[in-house]
Amino acid sequence: MIDVVVDIILLTFLATTSIAIMRMTNLFAIVMLFGIFSLLSAGLFVVMDAPDVAFTEAAVGAGISTVLMLATLALVKRPKEPYYDEAPRAHRAWLPLIVVTITGSALVYGTWDIPNFGSPDAPSQTHVARFYLENSMPDTGVPNTVTAVLASYRGFDTLGEVTVIFTAAVAVLLLIGGKRPKPALRSKDEEAQDEA
Amino acid sequence: MRPNLILHVIAKFVIPLIILFALYVQFHGDFGPGGGFQAGVIFSAAFILYSLVFGLETAEKIIPHHWLRILASLGVVIYAGVGIESLILGGNYLDYTLLGSNQIAGQHLGILLVELGVGITVAAAMLILFFAFAGRGRE
Repeated sequence: MIDVVVDIILLTFLATTSIAIMRMTNLFAIVMLFGIFSLLSAGLFVVMDAPDVAFTEAAVGAGISTVLMLATLALVKRPKEPYYDEAPRAHRAWLPLIVVTITGSALVYGTWDIPNFGSPDAPSQTHVARFYLENSMPDTGVPNTVTAVLASYRGFDTLGEVTVIFTAAVAVLLLIGGKRPKPALRSKDEEAQDEA
Repeated sequence: MRPNLILHVIAKFVIPLIILFALYVQFHGDFGPGGGFQAGVIFSAAFILYSLVFGLETAEKIIPHHWLRILASLGVVIYAGVGIESLILGGNYLDYTLLGSNQIAGQHLGILLVELGVGITVAAAMLILFFAFAGRGRE
């Protein structure tokens, strides 16, 4: 019962936040609202008994990505006031509205066939989940099945994920990392000093 | 940047707690929610908070860039190394069973090491991303 109340409150806040994001034109405020949106989703994941996912959503979605978006915003802001305003809209909203309506109704239509939340007949419960729940404790001795699956049963997948994160860091370093040379600012005698 | 006393005091109070929490999430991930990914992100959040409050230069003195690059690679090396270690011991790649005296001990050690590798790489990668973005605006 309390779950339903919390769900309704969180979903109301989510809807309010998304409408506010749509109505606003100040990009700084929109980034902050994105962070709040992520935090609310993390709350929903907790209610749905997925604390591991909620953890990641709160730390990455609400924390790191907000900071990264703010840093990006600081790089691309306008030179004079208003710094963070969206560019004025140059087109009508009809085409996006049609696309969103069709996609949205297709998704809602798709939910009709999804089994109820936590239903024992759901494919996610009848496939491999049962095996992991029954065997992870005797196999690995790790009470948190998520960790057992992530690190042991699917260790190879996780190695790939770590490599992806590492590759992302390398790519960012190659693209925008490091000091850019500023030849225009260096005077001749400084260069002579360096060579000496 | 003009120093803000309240921010400084609160940050100095909160940052050790965040790092402690990150270590808890890292090494308690087998028993409670959490693991390397989450711990790495929380750990990097502590340093990002530090550099937001005290400035980028101060943060770079604590963790120089070349360290971050070494750490990001080190995590992947630890992870892949555990796999190679289990190959050398005669098992399959990333089969932790042979790492310990029995299956449970081996799996436990393997999962702990692998999660440590994940945590180190994620924390270093997040800090690399942050410093790359934030450092560019300084020029």
